[in-house]
Amino acid sequence: MNDYVIPEKLRVVGTTPIRPDGHDKVTGRAKFGDDFHLPGMLHGKVLRSPHAHARIKSIDTSHAETFPGVHAVVTAADFPKISSNVIDAGEAGQIDMQDVADNCIAREKVFYDGHAVAAVAADNAHIAEEAANLIQVDYELLDPVMDVRSAMADNATVLHDNFLPGAFLAPTEKALPNASKLELAMGDVSAGFDEADIIIEREFTTETVHQGYIETHIVTAQWGANGMVTVWTTTQGQFAIRDQLALVLELPMSAITVIPLEIGGGFGGKDSIYIDPLAVVLSKQSGRPVKMVMSRAETLRATGPSSGTYIKARLGVKIDGTLVAAEFHGAYEAGAYSGGPVAPGVSTALTRYNIPNVKIEGYDVLVNKPKVKPYRAPGATPSNFAVETMIDELCRELKLDPVEFRLHNALKTGDRLVLGFPCPEIGGVEILKAVQNHAHYQSDIGGPHRGRGLAYGFWFGAGLPSSADLMVNSDGTVQLCSGSPDMSGTRITLAMQAAEALGIEPNDIFPSVGDTASVGYSFQTVASRTTFATGIAVYQAAQDILAQMAERAALIWQIATDNILIDGGRFVNKTNVQQCFTFKELAGKLVGTGGPIAARALASPEGVGFQITAHLVDLAVDTETGKVDILRYTAFQDAGKAVHPDFVEGQIQGGTVQGIGWALNEEYFYDGAGHLKNTSLLDYRMPTILDVPNIEAVILERPNPGHPYGVRGVGEVPIVPPAAAIANALYDAVGIRMNTLPMTPAKILDKLNSITD
Amino acid sequence: MKYQTPSTSKEAAVLIQSEPGQAFVLAGGTDLMVRMKGRFVEPDLLVDIKHISAMQSIKKLATGFRIGAAVSAAEMGENTSLKKTWPGVVESANLIGSDQIQNRCTIAGNLCNASPAADAVPALIAAGAKVNVVGAQRRRTVAVERIITGPGTTSLRKGEVVEAITLPKRPPKSGDAYLRFTPRSEMDIAVVGAGVSLTLDSKMVIKSARVALGAVAPTPLLVPAAAQAIVGTKLNKAALNLLAQACCAACNPIDDKRGTIEFRTEVAGVLAQRAAKMAYQRARGK
Ligand SMILES: Cc1cc2nc3c(=O)[nH]c(=O)nc-3n(C[C@H](O)[C@H](O)[C@H](O)COP(=O)(O)OP(=O)(O)OC[C@H]3O[C@@H](n4cnc5c(N)ncnc54)[C@H](O)[C@@H]3O)c2cc1C
Repeated sequence: MNDYVIPEKLRVVGTTPIRPDGHDKVTGRAKFGDDFHLPGMLHGKVLRSPHAHARIKSIDTSHAETFPGVHAVVTAADFPKISSNVIDAGEAGQIDMQDVADNCIAREKVFYDGHAVAAVAADNAHIAEEAANLIQVDYELLDPVMDVRSAMADNATVLHDNFLPGAFLAPTEKALPNASKLELAMGDVSAGFDEADIIIEREFTTETVHQGYIETHIVTAQWGANGMVTVWTTTQGQFAIRDQLALVLELPMSAITVIPLEIGGGFGGKDSIYIDPLAVVLSKQSGRPVKMVMSRAETLRATGPSSGTYIKARLGVKIDGTLVAAEFHGAYEAGAYSGGPVAPGVSTALTRYNIPNVKIEGYDVLVNKPKVKPYRAPGATPSNFAVETMIDELCRELKLDPVEFRLHNALKTGDRLVLGFPCPEIGGVEILKAVQNHAHYQSDIGGPHRGRGLAYGFWFGAGLPSSADLMVNSDGTVQLCSGSPDMSGTRITLAMQAAEALGIEPNDIFPSVGDTASVGYSFQTVASRTTFATGIAVYQAAQDILAQMAERAALIWQIATDNILIDGGRFVNKTNVQQCFTFKELAGKLVGTGGPIAARALASPEGVGFQITAHLVDLAVDTETGKVDILRYTAFQDAGKAVHPDFVEGQIQGGTVQGIGWALNEEYFYDGAGHLKNTSLLDYRMPTILDVPNIEAVILERPNPGHPYGVRGVGEVPIVPPAAAIANALYDAVGIRMNTLPMTPAKILDKLNSITD
Repeated sequence: MKYQTPSTSKEAAVLIQSEPGQAFVLAGGTDLMVRMKGRFVEPDLLVDIKHISAMQSIKKLATGFRIGAAVSAAEMGENTSLKKTWPGVVESANLIGSDQIQNRCTIAGNLCNASPAADAVPALIAAGAKVNVVGAQRRRTVAVERIITGPGTTSLRKGEVVEAITLPKRPPKSGDAYLRFTPRSEMDIAVVGAGVSLTLDSKMVIKSARVALGAVAPTPLLVPAAAQAIVGTKLNKAALNLLAQACCAACNPIDDKRGTIEFRTEVAGVLAQRAAKMAYQRARGK
């Protein structure tokens, strides 16, 4: 791992220039998935299973095939039957490509309400939909398994006879017919609990939630006459889509080009294929380009939600407030195929406290719901909710200030982690002190039924491979192309890092997102990694550009390259300091001195640094209806170095709002037969602008030595503490302890009634 | 599918009656279009009523207000006289959806769509509103609470079109209010709705009252027992308790993704109390 010497003063990093993609996005000119059209394009629609769990006995597509305007109909029989092949999909964990293929189009069984069974391409979407409804599928119904505890019970209906356990971060092993297991431990828990003066054990449940990106999944595919495939899609990772398509369709990766369009939100949910292979094969069969647009209902029914969970935890503390032992059991839904976020969920449950004796057990559990996908700090929100509400309970029991308690137990740089390595540079103490010193913490809360809650949160983030190309134009402007889709302003944050390194201005740099045929391999924009990891690739490419330009200056002045001093965008002859080129001047001389200069860097940095945060919330409860009104919200977070502080603030606010939705209202609502009942944004209740106050972001900067400008990932951790902070504030306001998410008005009223009865 | 834009109510009624297939009135379309998109209905004929002049305006008559069936909720919000006289009715229309929805949607559509959770309906029932119905052969006037017969069903016969909704003349010292509970602040469907309209005597004692509830039964409910609980009182604590009890007793809700039976029942009483207090304040203020 590199330890960079971070410059004291930065010229560009830390400022707030306007993002180059902004105007086109707000004026409707930017091309998102649905803005893309090709001449002669057909429209595809999917027939989806109305059942949560069933065996497919037969599929009759004849009526659809002869329906006027239909050009192609496909079922699983039109796709290669691939064998088990586990790949490492980064934040999405170890995934078996056979499962991915099966999830795109069901082969023998359907595993959830909404599972794709067949697809049709027709002259327009209406005909395609009409024809899809003419396909007759004969199902043999099986019992659905709808939650982790019933899936793990004796005699539970088994989803898959065989499955390869998958998870990321830590391996799991098949332990039950529907579940695999992982264990982590440190110290001696039973000795730890013996030492404790107070021990509490609590149980929690949380419901399945969706990422809720506003743009649904949209793809256009063209099977070329030469057998080359082109796919235009809205995705977090063009290379991930390409690789998965190649593996599922048994094509060489080089035969597929994936062109990323703008993305209207992903949050982890747009990192893999769904309708993509269907569009490709429909295009192959019809000989025409095929566009497919998922509806909101399809997106909710059939694309990656995040796990519902069952959690049981035990904490032991000494009378002075020292945490001495912890046991954490978390069962996370994997959905229809194995490989959910259980490992990061359970392993971050306690990581922010230095607890010597820890035992952690996690289950990855198959249920008849869509295969879960990463969602912003995958798995961490439920585990944080459990642990942080228990910590709050302990603070009250011990009459200790919640910040002091956390300061006393805070994980510090070098402390041993349950994952077995020492904690890298972490600014938890600084965060907690910032809370103490903030006007919000010191303010009077006022009014009846009002309360304040604090929660402390942690997330890792990841490095993973990224690429960046830089090319110097003869007017001194620079082309920057990366393989990272821009979800959150990364075009500008990457351009700023290039500008900083090259000694030029950010608006002299034109940043773009490349397709798989034109830029080096990059992992998805996930895991809070792009500004960090692709930023390092940009930095390395910039160093290469500077070195090449220094060589040209040396050539022009007929001196050794060693004699060139590069200083703030100027190239100076050390032997004759009168001789100096600005970046622009030298750029104008490149063609005449050996040709243009470009550089490519492929980086796979590791020192992404930990994300640490604390959230403080004030709320009021309507004790007659159970409605919660959030009055004030402050989020404190260590950004390492905020490259563009406005966008860091945006990440903090966006993640917090998603966390508030998860806390209060969002949930998948299934009936007894496993049908999803709330398939619209009317009934899948994400917060609206009226449901959240302004969220104040307090950004701390404790530089990450793993990045040349001190950057850490910032995007994920904001979703981790809101549920716990709100639950703690509810206790403060009206004396109820919530152990379930979402904390709906009905549940709150019920709890209020139970304490007053 | 055919689409027609008649210019009189009678024409609209005749068109619908003579259509052998499925025919629908199209007002704002904020329910109908959604149902068509979801393929819950597949109309053969749409009769757009927005070109019928008798349906286009809000009129203040000697007998009260007449609100044309094609008047949008937003227009109701802009009518200061209506708002002053029937603040609860206008508020209920201005709770529907969002600004965009209110620019299109009508209270007649809200009524004829016959959702148990329709926001404008409890307020209209409490207000004692009447519905002017035009058929191919004859016209009739019906009390608003007689229209909805169950979730999605009405007492309107084929070819009958609502031309207007009328609100009675208002005695002095009257007030109304409508409140709903939704988990989200907007863009949500009522889990419970409560409308109260009342008139006071010179001593500020409630002389007459009507109480209606939404989303707690297969149809919006007029709850006479709840009104009785507060008539003859100044809305003291005991009266409010009896009001809540009567409301809870009238509830016959379902358990669904939007709310549980227990929650709907309990909150119906709470909202009725709050709406009654608001209506009472408004009546006193006049
Ligand atoms: C995003 C969204 C949010 C919403 N939020 C709410 C809400 O908060 N509260 C709420 O109550 N509703 C809500 N709705 C539902 C809807 O907006 C209302 O019910 C609205 O009042 C319907 O009016 P409309 O004029 O659009 O009716 P339309 O859709 O035009 O018609 C509805 C039905 O009534 C019939 N109809 C309409 N007018 C007449 C007439 N004059 N005579 C006979 N039959 C007629 C139609 O044939 C149709 O069957 C929402 C809808 C959407 C899409």
